[in-house]
Amino acid sequence: MNHLPLIIKREYVNKVRNKSFIVMTFLSPIIMIALIGVVAYLSQINNDKKRSISILDETGIVGDVFENTENTTYTLINNAGLDVAKELVKAKENFGLLYIKKSSDTLNLVESVNFYSDESPSVSIISNLERKMEKRLSEIKLQNDGVDIAQIRASKTTVNIAQETFGGEKTSKIDSYLKLAFGGAAGYLLFMFIIIYGNMIMRSVIEEKTSRIIEVIISSVKPIQLMMGKIIGTSLAGITQFLIWIILGGVLLFLVSAIFGIDLMQIQSPQQEMINQAMASSDAQNIAQDLITGFVNLPIINLCIAFLFFFIGGYLLYSSLYAAIGAAVDNETDTQQFMMPIIMPLVLAVYVGVFTVIEDPHGTVSTIFSFIPLTSPVVMLMRIPFGVPIWEQLLSFAILVCTFVFTVWFAAKIYRVGILMYGKKPTYKELFKWLKY
Amino acid sequence: MNNLLVANAVSKSYGNFKALNEVSIAVPKGSIFGLLGPNGAGKTTLIRIINQITMPDSGEVLLDGSSLKPENIRDIGYLPEERGLYKSMKVGEQVLYLAQLKGLSKQDAKDRLKYWFDKLEIGDWWNKKIQELSKGQAQKIQFIVTVIHQPKLLIFDEPFSGFDPINASLIKDEIIQLRDEGATVIFSTHRMESVEEMCDHMALIHKSNKILDGRLTDIKRQFKTNTFEVGMQSSNPDEVTQMIKEKFEVFPATFKNLNDDIKMNIKLPKETSSNDLLSFLTSKAEIHHFVEVIPSANDIFIQTVKNN
Repeated sequence: MNHLPLIIKREYVNKVRNKSFIVMTFLSPIIMIALIGVVAYLSQINNDKKRSISILDETGIVGDVFENTENTTYTLINNAGLDVAKELVKAKENFGLLYIKKSSDTLNLVESVNFYSDESPSVSIISNLERKMEKRLSEIKLQNDGVDIAQIRASKTTVNIAQETFGGEKTSKIDSYLKLAFGGAAGYLLFMFIIIYGNMIMRSVIEEKTSRIIEVIISSVKPIQLMMGKIIGTSLAGITQFLIWIILGGVLLFLVSAIFGIDLMQIQSPQQEMINQAMASSDAQNIAQDLITGFVNLPIINLCIAFLFFFIGGYLLYSSLYAAIGAAVDNETDTQQFMMPIIMPLVLAVYVGVFTVIEDPHGTVSTIFSFIPLTSPVVMLMRIPFGVPIWEQLLSFAILVCTFVFTVWFAAKIYRVGILMYGKKPTYKELFKWLKY
Repeated sequence: MNNLLVANAVSKSYGNFKALNEVSIAVPKGSIFGLLGPNGAGKTTLIRIINQITMPDSGEVLLDGSSLKPENIRDIGYLPEERGLYKSMKVGEQVLYLAQLKGLSKQDAKDRLKYWFDKLEIGDWWNKKIQELSKGQAQKIQFIVTVIHQPKLLIFDEPFSGFDPINASLIKDEIIQLRDEGATVIFSTHRMESVEEMCDHMALIHKSNKILDGRLTDIKRQFKTNTFEVGMQSSNPDEVTQMIKEKFEVFPATFKNLNDDIKMNIKLPKETSSNDLLSFLTSKAEIHHFVEVIPSANDIFIQTVKNN
């Protein structure tokens, strides 16, 4: 008798109807979007703040480099002493006063510039002021040495290396970032999925043990059927939750940005800065073109298929281990000692992915880890956008499947014995003994 | 005899621990079979083997003459000692699910569930969650789960624990009715009075070995000591007592009687019959009370376990 569909259905319905599951499903994206909104709003306020800075330039050579910008107004103060200028700035409630003292060596202002203000200014304000003065001074120095500034400006060139494979495929830096983003997203998604829903499977096994219904159930179905039903049912619930998150998150993000008029693109993450830098070197049209060709050049079909297979393979591998742990213990606090060996390879995989694959996607370390079954799903998913030969992918997947079959056998053994064991926390030695029962 | 379930030399070890050592039992069709034994004797292991939860290392179990197959799951209803249901699941859905796991179609399960809910008068529990029920109420649900698929063989492990006397007798009547309708029942219990009351066959397992089995009346006959409980009246009780003591082995006896007279247990040698004793006594005193002492299941249990 095949009860698998029945078990899957119960697990799924039970999970999806669970109150905390529903609350989490709908609250998480709202909280996430609210957070993003708040951050975006705050940084906008910050950017919108108008400052005026007064400048008292006794040397008379740098005062005119400060041009008003959208948020900052510069005012030159002429013919006043420092004390008078300070009073003046305070009276006008300006943000601060930049004081450039007259010194014997006008070109060496290193120690004779001061900034006075009530609040201490941010690093970016100060470095902005410094940069402007430095530029002007070095220009003056060059001029004094008889160099033509116009020539220097004219001599500035930008180099943009066009990348092309031997096969004739054009690639670019944007390409690499795109690949990184795809691989990283896939690997990280798998990682999150395993952690969240693996735990859910484990808890559901423990629940059956503590409520003692397990004996009734397994007098009707085979333990391995029950275990697989649990894993699949919970995963389906997980996929449902993920889809709702993505859809709800997308809609909310759109609504929030539409209603509050916040330009979300303004929030800059480090990656975006990298991309911006990459973009800075080529002009806008090229970028758009690069993005499109980069996207087209991605091994999309390969990526999708590999994602599907490695995701399922990796997830099943880990979740069967989680199920075995749940079966081996009586309550959640006892799971700690068994969790370590599961979490370690996962974290290792993400680290290898983030640090090594980015550096050298086809290097020894990345290659080895993309074959080791416990790390291969994450690492391989991160590598594939950079182009991995099909035979490597197949080999890695074959190893994964073999391990998976072994793990399920192993987990089923532990599960079969463990679900009927109560009382004491088992040791690894006892778990090994169970395999022979 | 027509046996529904036969276990032939079933053995099972867990590591170095031998849980069952060549245990054989035969459960006749339509009987209520008591599976007795102290804690840890191996009863639960044997029951789990019958339920195909674990496999025996050696030996075989036959149901209706052929060895156990996965399809036999629906022929067996099992009420484990450790009771449990999904706490946060609704009563109706839960029983339907468990009945479907036993191979019933959804519609059949619904119909039978309705029958049982009406019979035990718990129809309004359908949408309640188990955690909202009392322990005794949950036990009733568990009982329904056990019997809903009308199995040929019912296995109850300590069926009355957790029931108040009213519900215990309700369940007892249901079990007897199920037996009358053709089911065979295996009872695993420590409560000897329920064995006495309900079982017609029994087996005793101790330290992984079966040490006793058979029809309850046969076992009692085997364990009887040819002892008779006697109550008499005489004008000269001391003299009579003395005369009996010289001839037979005598133990003190307590039982309720209208008269305040001679009460004793008299053990006869093997060759002496009850008639011999009676004819000896009638000449000495007036007999009011004469009963053969039949060992209770409790006595047999304690005596056998102690001797092993």
